[in-house]
Amino acid sequence: MVSGKGGTGKTTVAAALALALATGGKRTLLVEVEGRQGIAQVFDTPPLPYEERRIAVAPGGGEVRALAVDAEAALLEYFEMFYRLGVAGRTLRRMGAVEFATTLAPGLRDVLLTGKAKECVSRTDRDGRPVYDAVVLDAPPTGRLVTFLDVTRAMADLAKAGPIHGQAEGVVELLHSPRTAVHLVTLLQDLPVTETLETVTELQEAGLGVGTMIVNRMREQWLPDRSVTAAAHGRVDASRVRTGLAGAGIDLAPDEIDGLVAETVEHAVRVAGEAAALQRLANEPDPPLPRVTLPQLLGGVDLGSLYELAETLTAQGVRLEARA
Amino acid sequence: MTRGTELDVDTLIDDPGTRVVVCCGSGGVGKTTTSAALALRAAERGRTVVVLTIDPARRLAQALGLDELSNEPSTVPDVGRPDDGRLSAMMLDMRRTFDEMVEGHAPPDRAQKIIENPFYQTISTSFSGTQEYMAMEKLGQLVASGTWDLVVVDTPPSRSALDFLDAPQRMSKFLDGRMIRLLSSPARAGGRGIRKLVGAGFGLFAKVVSTILGGQMLADASAFVQAFDTMFGGFHERAERTYALLRSPGTAFLVVAAPEADALREAAYFTDRLGSEDMPLAGLVLNRTHPVLAPVSAARARAAAENVGGAGSQIAAAVLRLHADRVELSEREEHLLTRFAAAHPSVPVVRVPSIAEDIADLDGLRRVGELLAGHDNTGTTAAAGS
Repeated sequence: MVSGKGGTGKTTVAAALALALATGGKRTLLVEVEGRQGIAQVFDTPPLPYEERRIAVAPGGGEVRALAVDAEAALLEYFEMFYRLGVAGRTLRRMGAVEFATTLAPGLRDVLLTGKAKECVSRTDRDGRPVYDAVVLDAPPTGRLVTFLDVTRAMADLAKAGPIHGQAEGVVELLHSPRTAVHLVTLLQDLPVTETLETVTELQEAGLGVGTMIVNRMREQWLPDRSVTAAAHGRVDASRVRTGLAGAGIDLAPDEIDGLVAETVEHAVRVAGEAAALQRLANEPDPPLPRVTLPQLLGGVDLGSLYELAETLTAQGVRLEARA
Repeated sequence: MTRGTELDVDTLIDDPGTRVVVCCGSGGVGKTTTSAALALRAAERGRTVVVLTIDPARRLAQALGLDELSNEPSTVPDVGRPDDGRLSAMMLDMRRTFDEMVEGHAPPDRAQKIIENPFYQTISTSFSGTQEYMAMEKLGQLVASGTWDLVVVDTPPSRSALDFLDAPQRMSKFLDGRMIRLLSSPARAGGRGIRKLVGAGFGLFAKVVSTILGGQMLADASAFVQAFDTMFGGFHERAERTYALLRSPGTAFLVVAAPEADALREAAYFTDRLGSEDMPLAGLVLNRTHPVLAPVSAARARAAAENVGGAGSQIAAAVLRLHADRVELSEREEHLLTRFAAAHPSVPVVRVPSIAEDIADLDGLRRVGELLAGHDNTGTTAAAGS
């Protein structure tokens, strides 16, 4: 599971993680559940249907497949499996009956989405081997995450018996087992860090396993450490900057030098803020979570840079553990 | 490079004809801060303003004096001018707004029955879209009260900006009860036409749904819808009125976006949607940009950073490299904006430079207000001068 506060780049990170885990001949599935078609956008492909299909080839062989789960389609799939609705299923959907049923019980929607993910996790091939080495779920943002994963609570919305109830029990077991980990994406800013740490507590209270803290869009620090604090307080020696620039053959008007100084101060304020955020993550939660870091991509994210991010993850030790 | 027209925020908020400003956009783009800053600026320019925030971060809430959820606006101290200008702020409490709506539409005993129904508890707290619906309801109430001459609304952190427009209708459709009557008593309900259409499928469907959800839930839902039935007309009418309000010339939508591909994509969808709904779009707030403050290209700066020498060379190299990064970031942001502007040439835009520090007090919000109004567009932070 990959989650994070809105705007932290969790879909991009989930995609990079699916690529990293598929490296070297593995097969992973990247799942989205919010109907946003975020995966298609990140991989620059047409919208994904409710169907697993190959979306990328991983470094060293291996492949990433992707699936956009749709709660209504998943519900109809259940009906098909257990009751054989035939054509009526499609008509019901057109009437809005299926949407209605999933709306009636918000918990049902979540159970259907996590249930589909569980089905993918447990699916095996003819030789009994799992079809996927790992399933990466681009989960809802932190604000809705624990509700989404709290299938036990959602089951209160459902009848005490019946096929979906049985499925939900299996989902609870999987989510609370060591086979599931929730990785949280954060930026090194006060608000995302605070929200992420609050989510860690909520997840732990709900008995869900928290995995790694993924620090995203870490910027390059150009100022030497010792200059950061002074610069963050506005103390940048403009005349020294001017002399240094002149030495490199760049002569600027005083107001242009002021512009550079202002940029430097802003840079320093951010760097200092990032350092403070890192400090917090080193102390909280107790014990701190393992951490990996991804750089800010100045040119934005495209398919090529997804591979770069995946490599960065691999270089930091992100890999699949051998099956027990 | 195509540059759209500049959005003039001060003209917008100074115009007494502007009665409602709705800030919308996808999650994480700074809608709440933008709403609060805009409301504060309008108040300090003499308007009597209320800002409805949805889920403000703690420090922003504190800056507005919102220590607890009250569901009623309270005056923000130390705002405005001696003779005029006043700011009130509130945080939406969707459950209470819903309760009050029920109480306002039904006699006390019936209202009580509805509020105690377990199904109502679900719908008023976890139904997707309740927050959007209640934000609209509260907006309607604030405007109708006549206490303020400008209402600024933040919109819920939906997964997509469009939810705000769709949720009330989706919910109305849900509450109109047709489907629930079919499901709870398919044999009796007046849905014969539909049943004929779907054939035996519907009976089976109803059975399956009750197997999955349980008879009790359907019974609760059915009781709820029956009790709700008499009120429904009133609800529907209110939602229609709010829609009409949103379409009126006194309303201005501001689409807020971060200079990121996905946020701008959402902003483009939203812009198109507002157009097709005849809802008045005032412009795009491109939030947290990184304007370049010195005319040196990235390539030149990076090359020069390799060639520094002598006194000040270390700091000069650092300055050049961080400048080069900033130029690249800014070029990407401008590129994204150019693409947006090419498809939406008539949408005025204001760029709001990123502020490095957190916004934790009214002065922070005032700074954002200045930037929104296009002043201090140098991007220099206040800290730079101190």
